[in-house]
Amino acid sequence: MRPIALFTTLLLLAFASLLFSLASGSVAVSWQELLAVFTHSGTGNDLAGQVVMELRWPRTMAAFTTGALLALAGGLMQVLLRNPLADPYVLGVSGGAATGALLAMLAGLGSIWLHSAAFSGALLSMLLVFGLSHGSGSWTTSRLLLTGIVIAAGWGAVIGLLLAISPEQGLRGMLFWLMGDLSNTPLPTSSFPVLIIGLVAAIGIGRSLNILAHGEQTAGALGINVKALRSFIYLLASLLTATAVTLAGSIGFVGLIVPHMLRLLGMRDNRLLLPAAVLLGGTLLVVADTLARTVLAPRQLPVGILTALVGVPLFLVLLHHSRSLHGEER
Amino acid sequence: MSLLATQALHITIGKTTVCSDLEITINSGERWCVLGRNGTGKTTLLHTLAGLRPPDAGNITLNDQPLSHLSRKSVAQHLGLLFQDHTDAFPASVLETVLTGRHPWLGPLQWESNQDLVIAKNALHAVDLCNMEERMVNTLSGGERRRAGIACLLTQEPQLLLLDEPTNHLDIHHQISMLNLLQEHITQNGKALLLVMHDLNLAVRYCNRFLLLFGDGETVQGTADTVLTQTNLERLYQHPLLAVAGPHGTVWLPQ
Repeated sequence: MRPIALFTTLLLLAFASLLFSLASGSVAVSWQELLAVFTHSGTGNDLAGQVVMELRWPRTMAAFTTGALLALAGGLMQVLLRNPLADPYVLGVSGGAATGALLAMLAGLGSIWLHSAAFSGALLSMLLVFGLSHGSGSWTTSRLLLTGIVIAAGWGAVIGLLLAISPEQGLRGMLFWLMGDLSNTPLPTSSFPVLIIGLVAAIGIGRSLNILAHGEQTAGALGINVKALRSFIYLLASLLTATAVTLAGSIGFVGLIVPHMLRLLGMRDNRLLLPAAVLLGGTLLVVADTLARTVLAPRQLPVGILTALVGVPLFLVLLHHSRSLHGEER
Repeated sequence: MSLLATQALHITIGKTTVCSDLEITINSGERWCVLGRNGTGKTTLLHTLAGLRPPDAGNITLNDQPLSHLSRKSVAQHLGLLFQDHTDAFPASVLETVLTGRHPWLGPLQWESNQDLVIAKNALHAVDLCNMEERMVNTLSGGERRRAGIACLLTQEPQLLLLDEPTNHLDIHHQISMLNLLQEHITQNGKALLLVMHDLNLAVRYCNRFLLLFGDGETVQGTADTVLTQTNLERLYQHPLLAVAGPHGTVWLPQ
């Protein structure tokens, strides 16, 4: 698909997903009412206005921002580790955030503390991996990957321990957080700017990312300061992930699959792929979250389950139809 | 003016001394060949000269400026390197891969221009890959991939080309055509190259300067007449050789 056609489609899809999310839920809101709410005109139903502006709009924006952050971070992490299987969580950022969040829940702290604890945990994990993987030798991909995976495994054990010792009534909230949950999320006033800044930075280093994907030595020979670039990508991707996890817990799958979906559609230039990933990641999570709060209403499901349920078939269809794009390995 | 020069260059890998007190000067028009047994550090020497690895001691100057003081970008504008082997983690088309050669010449937010595209397409034409622009690199044969790598190096337009076994995977016809292409490229544009090769006879035919790495830190350099002697070569490869007169000079046959 040509980039312009793809971007137009993605923009339309993103817009449609936002409308779908705002109109769906326990209180039915018609398109006319939705239009009235946003144009502040007409006699708009007060209840509809309240539901849309106070409940659905913040949650929808939070879902879009989280999905976009994760897809962007996933795309960056895959280039950094030169591994198509990398996702934003592979280096332990989410484990650190989860440990922080669970500790805050265990201590019975409020949601503001929960967010700060999760973000601090993510930052701690990110710096730990960054520091340890430098070690005494050079900063190689396998060293970074191993350090990250081991730290992530360590966090996994701590999370298991916290779950084991927490009182019964707190477990449900903890499990929801671990699977990713967008209920009670505020309007992402600080996360959305992080997304925009992250996206601009990612496009800025886009051509260097393309070269780095060909290998570190090749990148060095083509005039890239590989060490500085890799540190920058690591810090950027980790920060984006930390922001996403703080907002909505560990929502899986989006960060791994969205960049691949775009690659399967023939998009390989990171200067186009990363902005496209932002749109598609946001859209996917908005749709998944809308389904999460409507399919079994009034019961709410963790959105992480729905991202996989929506994403897996979508990805398999793409994979089936575009085998030739990847080319067969010899 | 020398394109690249080393002073008292000392390189070791583990317990192997690649060279000690190596002084070489590469001038425009020169075609150097590095010869040596497996594991004597030919690739390491190339990477060191390209600034991808610091030497243990000594200096390297590029256009009379210390290599260590130059930015990676300005090094890449003067010096290009064809790696011995290469695998891609992500799919990329042949044209996209060759266009990466323009990277050192573009600003951070600049996109490849039509001019850059023309340079890349000319390079693909030169290596006989012009109808494969849209093919995925991972679907190419080993030899085709090698030629795409050479096209990428030509697209980079460096003054000095370092090539690590450029004829690997190439059939006889393409070995000769690539070496002819490189020779013409060097001569016409006042450039220079330094390559690593195991085919002694092709090296004799296409190179005019030789650097022999004996694997114990000792090196010998000079023209074919002075350094490619029976004694030196038999010591280098630790294998008896037979010299036969051929159309392009002496042909060496292993016994």
